[in-house]
Amino acid sequence: MALSRRHLLGLDGVPKEDIEQILDTATSFREVLERPIKKVPTLQGKTIVNLFFESSTRTRISFELAERRLSADVVNFSADVSSVLKGETLKDTVRNLEAMKIDMVVIRHAAAGAADFLGKVVQANVINAGDGAHEHPTQALLDMYTIREKFGTLEGIHVCIVGDISHSRVARSNIYGLKTMGANVSVCGPRTLIPRFIEPLGVKVYYDLDEAIRDADLLNVLRIQLERQGSALFPTLREYHQTFGITRERLDRSGKTVTILHPGPINRDVELSGDVADSEHSLIIQQVLNGVAVRMAILYLLGTGR
Amino acid sequence: MILLLKNGHIIDPTIGRDEMADIFIVEGVIDQIGKKIGTGVAADVFDLNGKIVAPGFIDMHVHAREPGFEHKETIATVAAAAAAGGFTAICCMPNTNPPIDDASVVEYIQKKVSNIERNVVDVYPVGAVTKDREGKELSPMAELAQAGVVGFSDDGSPVAQAEIMRRALEYSSMLNKPIIQHAEDLSMTRGGAMNEGITSTRLGLPSMASVAEEIIIARDLGLVEYLHPPLRTTNASVQYHVAHVSTRGAVELIRQAKNKGLPVTCEAAPHHFSLTEEAVRSFDTNTKMNPPLRTQDDVQAVKEGLRDGTIDAIATDHAPHSFDEKQVEFIHAPFGIVGLETSLGLAINELLETNILSLAQLVEKFSVNPRKILHLNSVSIAEGQRANLTIFDPQLQWAVDIRKFRSKAKNSPFDGWQLKGKAFAVVNRGEIYLP
Repeated sequence: MALSRRHLLGLDGVPKEDIEQILDTATSFREVLERPIKKVPTLQGKTIVNLFFESSTRTRISFELAERRLSADVVNFSADVSSVLKGETLKDTVRNLEAMKIDMVVIRHAAAGAADFLGKVVQANVINAGDGAHEHPTQALLDMYTIREKFGTLEGIHVCIVGDISHSRVARSNIYGLKTMGANVSVCGPRTLIPRFIEPLGVKVYYDLDEAIRDADLLNVLRIQLERQGSALFPTLREYHQTFGITRERLDRSGKTVTILHPGPINRDVELSGDVADSEHSLIIQQVLNGVAVRMAILYLLGTGR
Repeated sequence: MILLLKNGHIIDPTIGRDEMADIFIVEGVIDQIGKKIGTGVAADVFDLNGKIVAPGFIDMHVHAREPGFEHKETIATVAAAAAAGGFTAICCMPNTNPPIDDASVVEYIQKKVSNIERNVVDVYPVGAVTKDREGKELSPMAELAQAGVVGFSDDGSPVAQAEIMRRALEYSSMLNKPIIQHAEDLSMTRGGAMNEGITSTRLGLPSMASVAEEIIIARDLGLVEYLHPPLRTTNASVQYHVAHVSTRGAVELIRQAKNKGLPVTCEAAPHHFSLTEEAVRSFDTNTKMNPPLRTQDDVQAVKEGLRDGTIDAIATDHAPHSFDEKQVEFIHAPFGIVGLETSLGLAINELLETNILSLAQLVEKFSVNPRKILHLNSVSIAEGQRANLTIFDPQLQWAVDIRKFRSKAKNSPFDGWQLKGKAFAVVNRGEIYLP
């Protein structure tokens, strides 16, 4: 009962058996979360550091909750990138951690590859909580858990990821994980926000949202970074909302039921209109609950493995 | 110094020499070439059985880092690395601090070279095209040429403005020196850390499209064509040289320009025919360089360009960085790798062993052609000539070990590679050096 690897750095190349094991284990922890006393002694005596070089509220809280419910000792380290650039290098931060005999590290960093870098140099288990536009494997796993919960399987389910694919670690991890599990994956967004070389990852590309919705069972709607507006990537948020925003009207027009996921936080009435976000087809709140269970499963499997 | 080099296989494409012979060298001059030369006087004798003796190799694209970045490399350490790699000459690029945009910096470098004891490596500075390499005003090119620069480049940065490039080509034509372009459209590559392709898509790294290299080359070739041929009453031809060509499109553009008879040359770096973008998968910062590692198809195109003569020279873009500078997140790491001590081995493995180049062609790319591009005196292996030789063993198996590098820097992605072919000795400036 152990994963095939020591770290969770991404889902690219992670075998199906590992993903299944994480999702199955999460089911048990989901059940724990329904109990009056939501704490188990599984990771008692283990020390986990949450190393957040990039601001994050929900992911950090979700991890921290998962860690505490497994009875681990938790240390939080937050540093915004600017102070890190001024002073200590990532390497030195890591060496200091290592000296403190940490068992597990959860890292969030603005640079792609930061978790891989950590994984190469520390003894502790490393969990990637998002590195640049590279991967965000725990988010993808909780998305997959939520999809599986809804549809009973991932195999053959058509998932369309909508939005800024180029800059999204959530999109990448979802593509790798979903493809491994046999789902059909497509992406939809303005051409300027979809990588030129995305198709070799095995995804279908749509520039027309209505077409994408027609073929999809589920839309995973990405948060649009407001600061990208007005660059060469897209002209205005208004135009974005008109062409790629998920609205009740657009969904009604499709004449079918489509399930909605969103990794949060939502820009209401930009990528997603409020009435859709709050509708019965939206699983956004379940994602948050499942996130804790999935993270507990990952911490448990890595922390009690080899 | 009296040297007797016995049984070497002499290959000198400049005079069509390809034979087994002994070479007798007295005080840095080739005294005699022949079969079974005996020696009455006390000479240092080397048996070169199985080794190649070629006109001294020159790496026309080296970052010596001095002045200004002596923690990365110095003139003395880069010369040592060059000798170890089998080179008797290097060109040092002007992205120093201060840059080589003033004759005094050229003189400073020359002084540093003359201070090296038992030096076997000639160092030819390349001057900046523009002041401070900012791409705005021309550097004092005539003064720089007078001081000894062999060409002009803003390497590391492109000459971005078409008007500046036009005037630089015109002005340098009066001095009979090439303009060496680092071809990159900065508006497309800003923030980029690797080639735009499947691997950058997988890794989510900011990327640099191959077309950004090709756009600048295409523009520059347009300027060259516009300015060519020289006026009827002068011989001043513009000369355009593309540094570190890395894409299929770039090779093809240069091939077409050469077919038109335009005064265009180019070089390729060993990493661009030995590695693909796939190497970045590990996030190893020693796979980060500019131009970035490209695709297998681009590697193939570079090899074809070398084979058919589109690519004139092999040059390393030797770019030393300190250990700590590369021990950072991939996007924050500086571009570049050291190359002097792996260049010949990689070329023998990837080009000679695979029959892409003959031995004579290999020697042309390492010695003859770069000297022609830079209008340096040709080096030949003939009696009465100064001995300027690279001696290498094309069969020797060895493992790259960065700890053994004589360069101050160790930033190489080739550590641990098994290579065939290595420099045995270099002879130049009245000295012999055995790595």
